[in-house]
Amino acid sequence: MNAVFAPASFEELADAVRSAPRLLAVGAETKPRLSCVDAAKLAIAGLRGISEYDPSEFTFTAAAGTPLREIAAALAERGQYLPFDPMLLDAGATLGGTVAAGLSGPGRFRFGGLRDFILGVRFVDGAGRLMRMGGRVVKNAAGFDLPKFFVGSLGRFGVLAEITFKVFPRPPFALTLRLAAKTLDASARILANAATSRFEFDALDIAPCAHGESSEPGVIARLAGPAAALNAITREVFALWPGEVLSDDAAELLWTDLRELRWTHPETPLVKIALSPSAVVPLGQAVQSIEGARWHLSAGGNLAFISLASTAQASDLDERLRTLSLSGVTLRGDAPLWLGARARPAIAAAVKQALDPTNRFPSIDD
Amino acid sequence: MSAVLQRLAAIMPPGRFLERPEHLAAYESDGLTAFRARPLAVAIPETAEEVIALVRFCRAERLPFVARGSGTSLSGGSLPVAGGIVIALNRLNRILKLDPAQRIAVVEPGVVNLDVSQAAAAHGLHYAPDPSSQSICTIGGNVAFNSGGAHCLKYGMTSNHVLGIKAVLATGEVVEWGGSSRETVGPDWCGLFTGNEGLFGIALEITLQLLPRAECFHTVLAGYRTLEQAGDAVAAVIASGLLPGAMEIMDALALEAAVAAVHADYPPGCEAVLIVELEGPREVVAADRERLDEIIAASQPVEARPARDAEERVAIWKGRKSAFSAVGRLSPDFIVQDGVVPRRRLGEALRRIGEMAREAGIRVANVFHAGDGNLHPLILFNGREAGALQRAEALAGRILEMCVEMGGSITGEHGIGMEKRDYLSAMFSADEIDCMRRIRSAFDPLGIANPGKMFPTSEASALQHHGLHPLEKAGLISRE
Repeated sequence: MNAVFAPASFEELADAVRSAPRLLAVGAETKPRLSCVDAAKLAIAGLRGISEYDPSEFTFTAAAGTPLREIAAALAERGQYLPFDPMLLDAGATLGGTVAAGLSGPGRFRFGGLRDFILGVRFVDGAGRLMRMGGRVVKNAAGFDLPKFFVGSLGRFGVLAEITFKVFPRPPFALTLRLAAKTLDASARILANAATSRFEFDALDIAPCAHGESSEPGVIARLAGPAAALNAITREVFALWPGEVLSDDAAELLWTDLRELRWTHPETPLVKIALSPSAVVPLGQAVQSIEGARWHLSAGGNLAFISLASTAQASDLDERLRTLSLSGVTLRGDAPLWLGARARPAIAAAVKQALDPTNRFPSIDD
Repeated sequence: MSAVLQRLAAIMPPGRFLERPEHLAAYESDGLTAFRARPLAVAIPETAEEVIALVRFCRAERLPFVARGSGTSLSGGSLPVAGGIVIALNRLNRILKLDPAQRIAVVEPGVVNLDVSQAAAAHGLHYAPDPSSQSICTIGGNVAFNSGGAHCLKYGMTSNHVLGIKAVLATGEVVEWGGSSRETVGPDWCGLFTGNEGLFGIALEITLQLLPRAECFHTVLAGYRTLEQAGDAVAAVIASGLLPGAMEIMDALALEAAVAAVHADYPPGCEAVLIVELEGPREVVAADRERLDEIIAASQPVEARPARDAEERVAIWKGRKSAFSAVGRLSPDFIVQDGVVPRRRLGEALRRIGEMAREAGIRVANVFHAGDGNLHPLILFNGREAGALQRAEALAGRILEMCVEMGGSITGEHGIGMEKRDYLSAMFSADEIDCMRRIRSAFDPLGIANPGKMFPTSEASALQHHGLHPLEKAGLISRE
């Protein structure tokens, strides 16, 4: 059994890092595969709270262990939000865990993902030094952009202590439309055309459907802005792509379901994949050929979550991703951490050496 | 010609290897004109393979190199290194792929920023980052310095639009990160590479995200009696929950310059002009403009002029974008500063800049991205007057210190480069600078890629009076 550290301050966090030869930070463990590695656990849940939030600056700074839920509530009170739909909010995900996992939701379509809203970090490197990188204002070009590098680095290059984000004013109104499409091809065409349309959709997804399910997949499109404008735009959208407006309750249920990954098989591998719109159809076909697999296609065809029906299917998915030159990371379940295409440039090891010379944190390959 | 240069000449075709003084002169300086350094030679590759060969040659010979696009860096980032070569990338200017369905462009580093948007326009798309120099600056330079522009509050900087990078690192390794997806899996290497200021290597192919061109714009120019009133108007727009594409302020001296240069027309008797632009689908802009017009009307402008058509909008932006070069009409020389303060402290920052300028007896024009607190004080001086540049630099330094003290940044979009390297330690601790140095060494163990930039020459000198530039003291660079 590995030791568990639970620091209550940034100083204790740095001390903990210095005291253990091998450790990995964990938040609420809502993406358990990411920390499923032989190392002492450094629980960041005790580092909690928003230390700075001035709505007029469009920025906030919070400790890494702060639950997303707490942040979303504080922002909502002032009519602001993180536009990329932070995932697993109800499940208790922390800000730091979300950064380390590099996880953005459907809202990343319009204004960008988590990487586009992170401004600065305080972190502890492998030598136990507590440092700041990036800035605390919405615009900064000083120094190397390590904050972005930490997005998706799974805590393998440093432990996040505190993070500064940019936020936006939340649009006053949103409408969720379901656009009919009988086939995956038809859905993909709508996605591509809608993405370059004048309407500036807020989200463009293909909702999950189970293998062999006969229901039409269809496109889920969200519009956000002033109410009067959205009603007019909706009429024109339906003239191009027939569909229906979801009731507020149905929309809320749908987006919550997607955000919380409730559509997935509970125990088996869940994989996040970066793809591009041209790979939507081939990836969809690959998923359909895996018995019982489900998927949620998001961000206008740039992001997919695939939930496998069994652990054994991971190697099949891995092979198919390689064929399509796509890469994925396993968020939960018993499957290799990385699936699909992967390069291992020498620079990755050199940067690891620069930030964590004694390999205190596990390798990004583990 | 030295033996090294002879070997270099041997790998470059004739005409694409420059070493005669009259040819090198054009490369001695960049947008930060106060400094000059003569490189040993200039190599002009035409293909990615040639760039890779050049970097590997430099590595084998331990020969410093500076990659250069159009040389518009305002922080001296593309200033040559004496004893090194310049790798001029302007001929790698091909748009390799424009894919409207995936809304991406794959470009070589020498492609001019505006050319990307022009090529994409046929598909109703554009490339969002728009530095003032966009008609000449290159994407390679934009990536190296994480360039900004007037639309950063809503759309972010260059790094928010770079999806993929193929680069040759200073180690000689060729890497490919990201690609056509807007999403990433694993560490965000493109994010780390963007803004490296030429210290990691040279980007060879860059995948850019394109966005649909906004269907509709509503651009308002409002004149105010005081800068403070203009600042208050910005605060009111922010508080309203609107998200304008751009919010820019110009002060009286900048207005005077724009009038002189492009005959811009502004409401008379104004100490400040605010430009606010909404953009989006026409229905959204129609709804938002009502609210914006109310807010502007309540902010007591001398006059508010909404652009009535595309032509008037272009005229408003022409005045704004010409401001930097227009200041050249008011003064033989000027320094463009680039600091950031928290938006709520803009008014205070401008007041203090005004006081510092008066104390120093130096004229300062202010043009700034008010929406994101990014100040661009233009410090006017006459380089032929003894000590004038030093006094201007000293004032620039005090402004940067003020930005840091207010919790902001020493650079919003121009980078540290040569100009601000002694101020890096005003913003970062010794440990943090050491951490950045270690990362730099991972990419460039020999220190051959744009050496002498970004990092302070001596850690202790940060808050000292600039005086002579250390390289100048060492006789490595000279001023005009």
